Amino acid sequence: MVGLRFDLRDTPADAPALRAELRAFLAEAGRHWSPMVRAYSWMGFDREFSREVGRRGWIGMTWPRAYGGGERSAMERYVVLEEMLAAGAPVGAHWIGDRQSGPLILRLGTEDQRREFLPRIARGELAFAIGLSEPDSGSDLASLRSRAEKVPGGWRINGRKVWTTNAHRCDFMIALLRTSPVADPKLKHQGLSQFLVDLRASGIAIRPIPDLVGEEGFNEITLDDVFVPDAMLVGEEGRGWEQATAELAFERAGPERYLSSLPLLIAALDDLRAEPAAPEAVGRLLARAATLRQMSLSVAGMLQEGRTPAREAALVKDVGNDYEQALPEAVRDLTDPARTPEEVREMLGITTMVARSYSLRGGTREILRGIIARQLGLR
Amino acid sequence: MSDDLRSILLEQVERLLSDRSGPDLLRAVERGEWPAALWEEAEALGLPHALVPEAMGGAGLGWDDAVAVWQVLGRHGAPLPLAGGMAAAALLAVGGIAPPAGPIALAVPGEALAWGRRAEHAVTATGGEVALHLLSGAARQEGRSLIGREPADHVALGEPLARVALPPGCGPEAALLAGALLHAAQIAGALEAVLGMTVEYASTRRQFGRPIGGFQAVQQLLAQAAGEVAAAGVAAAHAGRAAARRGLAGGAFEIACAKVVAGEAAGRVAAIAHQVHAAMGFTDEHPLHLFTRRLWSWRDACGAERVWARRIGAEALARGGAALWPDLTAREEEARP
Ligand SMILES: Cc1cc2nc3c(=O)[nH]c(=O)nc-3n(C[C@H](O)[C@H](O)[C@H](O)COP(=O)(O)OP(=O)(O)OC[C@H]3O[C@@H](n4cnc5c(N)ncnc54)[C@H](O)[C@@H]3O)c2cc1C
Repeated sequence: MVGLRFDLRDTPADAPALRAELRAFLAEAGRHWSPMVRAYSWMGFDREFSREVGRRGWIGMTWPRAYGGGERSAMERYVVLEEMLAAGAPVGAHWIGDRQSGPLILRLGTEDQRREFLPRIARGELAFAIGLSEPDSGSDLASLRSRAEKVPGGWRINGRKVWTTNAHRCDFMIALLRTSPVADPKLKHQGLSQFLVDLRASGIAIRPIPDLVGEEGFNEITLDDVFVPDAMLVGEEGRGWEQATAELAFERAGPERYLSSLPLLIAALDDLRAEPAAPEAVGRLLARAATLRQMSLSVAGMLQEGRTPAREAALVKDVGNDYEQALPEAVRDLTDPARTPEEVREMLGITTMVARSYSLRGGTREILRGIIARQLGLR
Repeated sequence: MSDDLRSILLEQVERLLSDRSGPDLLRAVERGEWPAALWEEAEALGLPHALVPEAMGGAGLGWDDAVAVWQVLGRHGAPLPLAGGMAAAALLAVGGIAPPAGPIALAVPGEALAWGRRAEHAVTATGGEVALHLLSGAARQEGRSLIGREPADHVALGEPLARVALPPGCGPEAALLAGALLHAAQIAGALEAVLGMTVEYASTRRQFGRPIGGFQAVQQLLAQAAGEVAAAGVAAAHAGRAAARRGLAGGAFEIACAKVVAGEAAGRVAAIAHQVHAAMGFTDEHPLHLFTRRLWSWRDACGAERVWARRIGAEALARGGAALWPDLTAREEEARP
């Protein structure tokens, strides 16, 4: 295909044993997860659960042991992620740290930052939020205006972040902030830097924003003269854009970009048996799931090799988001509410609502397709 | 087959087809003209018997390699009935029958024979048996596929020259599975061609003072098409790998998935390609339809999406929700080299 290759990858040799361990753990831990918990999945937040996951060595699996990691392969980690998602586990308290904040600190952080943060993330004790979006900067992220000014010993931060998932429950946020003003909007990608911001620092106000599902999933954060010590700058001053976009490859590459609604199909399947249209519709969903899984594994393999498959990840996220959004609609088409158990109806209703976020969070469909169009040479 | 040998072979096939095939040849095929020169060169490369073990005089390729070759064929509109012939020879060899020279047609139950008029032999593979039939002198009715316009003939198969049991790994529907696999692979290849043509057209056709590919509405459509093309390619490769490792019957689930995903992609990408080509793509003169008509034809061959989806869907429903995810992961991991 015009420039993008998706070579098949195998899951690791120890995958069956790893799965068996995970499934036993998740069956036990998940006995009382409500439809809301399962449908919210990786946006859900459960510190106790995350600590358990950490105790079992399933956070920071690929990181060096010196920083609390497990020195296991990216493909082993992939197995853990997909098992968590298929079970609809509430992984939000460690997901972001494991997926992007930790790897960013490992790659670009100082030795002190690594020692301070990584072991605690790996234990499931430290929860991270993603501080990118602002009220006037969504897709056009580089236009963001929250700023950090140099002061003795550190930085003074002012501005606002919004849609910050679980910030009111998290410990730290990696924030992308403007450290040097640029006059020309064409140069907006310059002069941005990333900071580790302690969400309990003074000057920070976090206001939960109720979402349409009825949860308090995301937040507005006001930063008012917040002091951040020098030691909390991540990577290089002024290189925040390059750093954050490399981070987006991790953010977009995972199995959560096609599996978000699979717990619904698993929950609903038994009650679809009497529906004549079910075999074909379920078969189509299954065929796509099996294919997307291979595409997603392929991207994981590229990450494993140390590549930055940003475009491949964008493509798989786009196809995957379409799929995870089509799934609840397909299940609804097959469902007779009068004959469907309460729990399944609830799961369907909640997934129908949550699904709208799939093609927004982590880059909208239109932005992803713009990235693919660039790959095709159209822009 | 080693990755090196595989890429050399794929390059050879690609070169052969770029040199010798093209819209004129595809049009000639639709008029029923046998691509004799191309066939001879394909034979010279040993392609018809490429899936036959080396001990029996072939190249010893597996189903995964076959998918890669068929994808290249599809990229050029599959101007000759090579894929079916390769599969037929493979099935004969698996049964221990030395495949004959010359074009062999793969007989899939309920389907016409591709180029039955030129094939010297036909191979059936149902019910756990493979049989070799001589076609010369057999009663036949020549025709062509409705949308694809590829030669497709009904030939009365008499008593076989030979009939032997297949190993259990092939299952009772070997010909159907091989046919579905080869069509999924050819679709994946043809989709690449259609995407390439459409991107090219969008970059050269100008309206409102700029290439139409500069319009975001067009970019979004093409990006969506690119996703479908990638999915079809991965689905076909995945099915080929499954068949290579676990036999056609062992890979039946992945083959079904590939036929469903490739078939869905065929419809979606053809629609986008025609929208972007607009009136020019609706002409006989423009080569787009040589590929899109084949896509519409191939997605119906050897079981449309509906057929394969029903089959794997019914299995999943019977197995129940608790087995859905474990089944999805176990197929790969249980039987690995
Ligand atoms: C549930 C949820 C959780 C989130 N969590 C976080 C988080 O933790 N941290 C964080 O930083 N952000 C988070 N976000 C924000 C998310 O990243 C943004 O919603 C996203 O980047 C889009 O920005 P926006 O909502 O401002 O939409 P806008 O950018 O205003 O876009 C509105 C519409 O216009 C389209 N559009 C915009 N620009 C273009 C263009 N150039 N071409 C074509 N179409 C265009 C968009 O695709 C979209 O359809 C979250 C969002 C959701 C829904």
